[in-house]
Amino acid sequence: MRSDRAPLGLKIAAGLGLAFMHLPILLIFVYAFTTEDKSYQWPPPGFTTKWFGVTWARPDVWEALSLSVRVAAISTAIALVLGTLCAAAVSRTKFFGREVVSLMVILPIALPGIITGISLRSAFNLADIPFSFWTIVLGHATFCVVVVYNNAVARFRRTSGSLVEASMDLGADGFQTFRYVILPNIATALLAGGMLAFALSFDEVIVTTFTAGQQQTLPIWMLEELVRPRERPVTNVVAMVVVIVTFLPILGAYYLTRGTDTVAGQGK
Amino acid sequence: MTDHVLETDRSGGLRGISDALWRNPRLVILLLLTPPALWLGIVYLGSLFALLAQSFFSIDEFSGLIQYEFTLKTYKELFTPTNLDIIIRTVVMSACVTIAAAIVAFPIAYYAARYARGKWKALFYLGVMLPLWSSYLVKVYSWKLILAKEGILNWLFETLHLSWLLNAYLSIPVIGGNSLSVSWTGTFLVFLYVWLPFMILPIQASLERVPRSMTEASGDLGASPRQTFCHVLFPLALPGVIAGSIFTFSLTLGDYIIPQIVGSSRRFIGQAVYAYQGTAGNIPLAAAFAVVPIVIMAFYLWIAKRMGAFDAL
Repeated sequence: MRSDRAPLGLKIAAGLGLAFMHLPILLIFVYAFTTEDKSYQWPPPGFTTKWFGVTWARPDVWEALSLSVRVAAISTAIALVLGTLCAAAVSRTKFFGREVVSLMVILPIALPGIITGISLRSAFNLADIPFSFWTIVLGHATFCVVVVYNNAVARFRRTSGSLVEASMDLGADGFQTFRYVILPNIATALLAGGMLAFALSFDEVIVTTFTAGQQQTLPIWMLEELVRPRERPVTNVVAMVVVIVTFLPILGAYYLTRGTDTVAGQGK
Repeated sequence: MTDHVLETDRSGGLRGISDALWRNPRLVILLLLTPPALWLGIVYLGSLFALLAQSFFSIDEFSGLIQYEFTLKTYKELFTPTNLDIIIRTVVMSACVTIAAAIVAFPIAYYAARYARGKWKALFYLGVMLPLWSSYLVKVYSWKLILAKEGILNWLFETLHLSWLLNAYLSIPVIGGNSLSVSWTGTFLVFLYVWLPFMILPIQASLERVPRSMTEASGDLGASPRQTFCHVLFPLALPGVIAGSIFTFSLTLGDYIIPQIVGSSRRFIGQAVYAYQGTAGNIPLAAAFAVVPIVIMAFYLWIAKRMGAFDAL
């Protein structure tokens, strides 16, 4: 190329593309303050903050939020353990069936969510397991493993094996090596993977519709409002809060894996 | 930190286990893999196979009970005109979304990979990551706001005195409808919006790997920018495009929420699966329907693998 300046056409196309990705989310912020409560009227006839108070006083929103947080926390914990174990096994040695393991981890996310959901549901039916908090966790942990796995496997690859050998040569046993050498090396990748897994679980709706009984996670609550709107301004406010809350772990994960060439979210 | 490590007793119990593990790498692998293999094997693959097995059962038309006998009757039902329609509709939609996503994603990915530096690079990265990870339902909801009759898009057309254009577009059969929010164009836009980041990331990754000297050499040898793009850049970025298309295609294929919220009443595969397993209680047919995206994706992945898309992931 002749110069390091981008052609104007490319600049415009890239800019429009980015605008297309971000304007709809910004719109949510405007709607959270609208005074209109019956329709999605644009431009909003006026602005108010009263819906924040109304939302704050709604017990169903709080229950859904608390369930979502609990499910996401436990699913993330399970995914962290399983994902790290898988990544450690796959990255350390070559063994028969390595490819099968990676495929198995990726499958729950590669196949459409509805298939994961309906398989789990029919399995619960066959085994006579009643829907509960734990059936939701079971589904979520399954597809969260891949996010932790992706982050951990990338970090393991860059952690040189000679570090482990040096630690052993200096007299540390396997557990000490893990605690003092391996863990500090992969800690930020795990934290990033855990944050993304949390965000993924917090937001998941397709599998959850199949594995939840009467309980409502926040996305299920939101879906209910989308299909049969009850109080639109409350939905607007919840949508805005969800956007802000999910941005924080993403930013956190980004800063933790920055400069390490990890494309952390790939393969959501 | 190392002091107390050196002081540990060589003959301790933990030490013994540790030594045994070091001598048996296979045992380590086995121990590492057992928990995840058990979880994924039992919870995930187990239920997946249970589902697939049910697709070979059928439902009694009179009693509505499932007959646990091997039959291909349920698969035959997939090929009735209504069901075939659903499958074709979904595949066409997935293909359209994938192609459009590739077109919109390419300039963003190319700019981020080739021109963005330092601060801008980070901004582009976050600019893709934030929409990718922000709530799926919130994204769908925002389009409900945009496409609503009293929403911003109609307002924009009215303010620009272009309502006639929109109406003319909506009167086109198949892609049009009463309003944007109940038309296929609406469904298409939401799909495109929601899955776009999944296309950008792999394309960007594959473009970053194209050495700059290649495009320079192409220019030096007299190729116009267009020729460089068609004969050098695009073929090298193709694995990334295919990798991205795996996501956009698969995700569109199985989604049932977007067409339910924005779109016409005509069903997609996901909605059919949902309806058959839910109110209709016809698990065998739902299972058979679920096999369709699996087969399509298996075929798709097989082609993608042959074209080297997995190296771009």
